[in-house]
Amino acid sequence: MTIIEGVLRGNVRDIARLITIVENELPEATAAMQSIFSHTGTAYTIGFTGPPGAGKSTLVDKITLQLCRQGKKIGIVAIDPSSPFSGGALLGDRIRMRDIITEQEVFIRSVSTRGSMGGLSRAAGDIAKILDAAGKDVVIIETVGVGQDEVDIFKTADTSVLVLMPGAGDDIQSIKAGIMEIADIFVVNKADREGADGLITSIRQMLDLNTAPGPWRPPIIKTSATQNEGIEELLKAVQEHREFLTISGSLAARRKERLRTEIIRLVERRVSRLVQSQIKQNGRFEKLVEKVAAREEDPYSCVERIVKPLEQK
Amino acid sequence: MGKDTIVRVMVAKPGLDGHDRGAKVIARALRDAGMEVIYTGLRQTPEQIVTAALQEDVDALLLSILSGAHNHLFPRITQLLREKGGENILVMGGGVIPQDDIPGLKQAGIREVFGPGTSTEVIVNFVKENVT
Repeated sequence: MTIIEGVLRGNVRDIARLITIVENELPEATAAMQSIFSHTGTAYTIGFTGPPGAGKSTLVDKITLQLCRQGKKIGIVAIDPSSPFSGGALLGDRIRMRDIITEQEVFIRSVSTRGSMGGLSRAAGDIAKILDAAGKDVVIIETVGVGQDEVDIFKTADTSVLVLMPGAGDDIQSIKAGIMEIADIFVVNKADREGADGLITSIRQMLDLNTAPGPWRPPIIKTSATQNEGIEELLKAVQEHREFLTISGSLAARRKERLRTEIIRLVERRVSRLVQSQIKQNGRFEKLVEKVAAREEDPYSCVERIVKPLEQK
Repeated sequence: MGKDTIVRVMVAKPGLDGHDRGAKVIARALRDAGMEVIYTGLRQTPEQIVTAALQEDVDALLLSILSGAHNHLFPRITQLLREKGGENILVMGGGVIPQDDIPGLKQAGIREVFGPGTSTEVIVNFVKENVT
């Protein structure tokens, strides 16, 4: 299988092609991921999440440039939303990643959510694995612009960075419950704007109010990505978090938990496809829907009819 | 192309002109036709465009240019694509391009050239029919 060999050697064309295969769930995808898996686990994964326009892509650009200067090889998965109507997408994260597009050791892949909720795409984790197997030292995943509840990045990245900006004052209140809890590092970007210090205070207060604080208290880093300010500090914070995870043993635990979730997800997906292919045979499913719509049958009995035979197999 | 495979297109602006309204309108039309469109922003070098197109594994590449440097930049891009294993990518051009220049550009590997006034539908259909 030459494409796998190419990926392991870091060949751009093969990496790009394999990502396409996995994204489209082409028949050869599973076998390819099987051969790749044993070559993964060496890259460190950093997730960037936050509301639209907070400056995630620009920060990723600056951070990557710094890491390149340290001689690191970087893979980037940049996710933007897909259209709920056409399924198409406009992927524009590269526009902000101008400093790094010609770096030899940087591989950027723009990805659409393809309808996935949670801030990532279904294939994002597999794409990160491909980049890992291709020899990247660091894989950066940038989520879509998120609101409150899109916490999947936490299940995929080793370190999750939440990027916020001043001037969205009430947002911080509204996002307290979901996404504010998953951040390993807070970034207040656009710190040159009015309100940055107020935002920092309110994050700090939220952290102080935590009734069950863990051993890691997320630091709050002030950055101004377009001015290249605070980038060193942010990298230092990521490094410190990585050391904390490694020394405390949490890194291994987190990664194991992640694999547990992934296996369950893969099983669910496989079973769900099996069920769908079964019920959609011979138009039987459509007939059931007609009956329910005509109020001749209820949805719950309909489910019984579909699942019972499968359970008996 | 399998029925479940989503077409990926890159819209790029080579050279130094700063006008991308047209490029954005086309990007939007392709998106609405169910394609994934990667837009790279203004003022890209041929090397940047080709690197991005290969990493993104696009099926098609649309180059928009209004500066008049198409005879230099377009062939350079197709040449780089051939050198780096991207010869299967469908490359098209658009913008302000004199009729007389079109045969030469096609010779250089630009499959179609869309001038001012082309409807987005024509471009969308061309992409749909010609990606393999």
